Amino acid sequence: MRKTEEIVKGVLGGNRRSIARAITIIENNEPEAQELTARIYPRTGKAHIIGLTGAGGAGKSTLIEKMVREYRRRGKTVGIVAVDPTSPFTGGAFLGDRIRMQELCTDDGVFIRSMATRNYLGGIAKATKDAVRVLDAAGKDMVIVETVGAGQSEVEIIKVAQTIVVVHAPGLGDEIQAIKAGLMEIADVFVVNKADRENADKAVTDIQANLQLNSKESPWKTPVLKTAALTGKGVPELIDKIEEHRCFLKGHPECKTASLRTKAESELIEAIREFVTLSLIEEMKKEGKFDELVHEIMEKKTDPASAAEKLVKKDLRSVKT
Amino acid sequence: MQKTRKIRVLIAKPGLDSHDRGAKVVARALRDAGMEVIYTGLRQTPEQIAETALQEDVDVIGLSILSGAHKTLFPRIMHLLKEKNLADVMVFAGGIIPKEDMSKMKRLGIKEIFGPGTPTETIIRYVLDNLPQRS
Repeated sequence: MRKTEEIVKGVLGGNRRSIARAITIIENNEPEAQELTARIYPRTGKAHIIGLTGAGGAGKSTLIEKMVREYRRRGKTVGIVAVDPTSPFTGGAFLGDRIRMQELCTDDGVFIRSMATRNYLGGIAKATKDAVRVLDAAGKDMVIVETVGAGQSEVEIIKVAQTIVVVHAPGLGDEIQAIKAGLMEIADVFVVNKADRENADKAVTDIQANLQLNSKESPWKTPVLKTAALTGKGVPELIDKIEEHRCFLKGHPECKTASLRTKAESELIEAIREFVTLSLIEEMKKEGKFDELVHEIMEKKTDPASAAEKLVKKDLRSVKT
Repeated sequence: MQKTRKIRVLIAKPGLDSHDRGAKVVARALRDAGMEVIYTGLRQTPEQIAETALQEDVDVIGLSILSGAHKTLFPRIMHLLKEKNLADVMVFAGGIIPKEDMSKMKRLGIKEIFGPGTPTETIIRYVLDNLPQRS
């Protein structure tokens, strides 16, 4: 397909319009999406992918802006994917993360893309992985993904990023909130932002204490840093720490491999699930079995799980691939 | 696999005026109509607006201006959009734009101007009915 070829060529050459179009095509599941992804995939793996997560109001966007300035000062190019939630009722989204980053907009070495979750769960959008790949293939040194920012359940980011930075701010609630399952476990670097506030130091010691209680044995000890994103204080040290983690991953290939393996497995499972589910359901709908069982469920003659088992066992053999 | 296209809209405030209530009302209305709305905040330069439209691959741009500087800013914005190959993006405007300037703005390529008091339904309807076919 000529159109796909042009876009791939453009992406690999760093052309911003091609990058933008490629992300749209993948996000919208357009006919060229699969070929596009297939052609870009082998050209990825050079960029360092950083996930930035944490509750809303912690200062993620402001922190990213300062981080990018520091990366640019060090001569690195950066891609940013900023994710915001889609309304489950209207299907629309208000994407406002750019507001805090707009001064970077006209810098040639920075590319910012806002994405809506489109009801995908876990803090990122389904197409986020591929948007990151497009930016990687386009030659960006770093790609930063800013997750939705709802809190604890946002752990999908581990499937996308190599270094996870969790951002917390004092005064967002009980420090106990910060230690709930999820965010505590995925952090490679913990940041207490708004460090100029009075309970910042207490937040740091609380988090450090809880990290020590973590039973997981890992050669990487998650540090807790302080930043004040509004002024940029602590940001160079954060960048240094992220770089340290990148070197750690390089020097501990078993950690890197384990993580790559987890990602590859989960992506394959998800892709299989989608292909199989959609083709199965299409088949069943054609034969009318699907509607039959829907009626039986509505009349309480059977339950959804039993109906599914019946359908799947019968039709699995005849699934068209 | 199913195609899931969403309409992406950039709501931008060019120039120095700090009145963004109208822009936010329109942004929210479009969001409630199922669109993905990128709002970039106050004091945007034409360069920032055009570059954002490029990176976000938007279908529509809504320009909100109340300072009277539309005759300086709009031509620059439309020129930059053309330069970046974004001439097929639908551009509409709102805010305080005098009637006598409207035809001039339309000649620049601004498809429609929605003044104060325009029901948000009208804007939503216009976008849905006139959505450009992007190449």
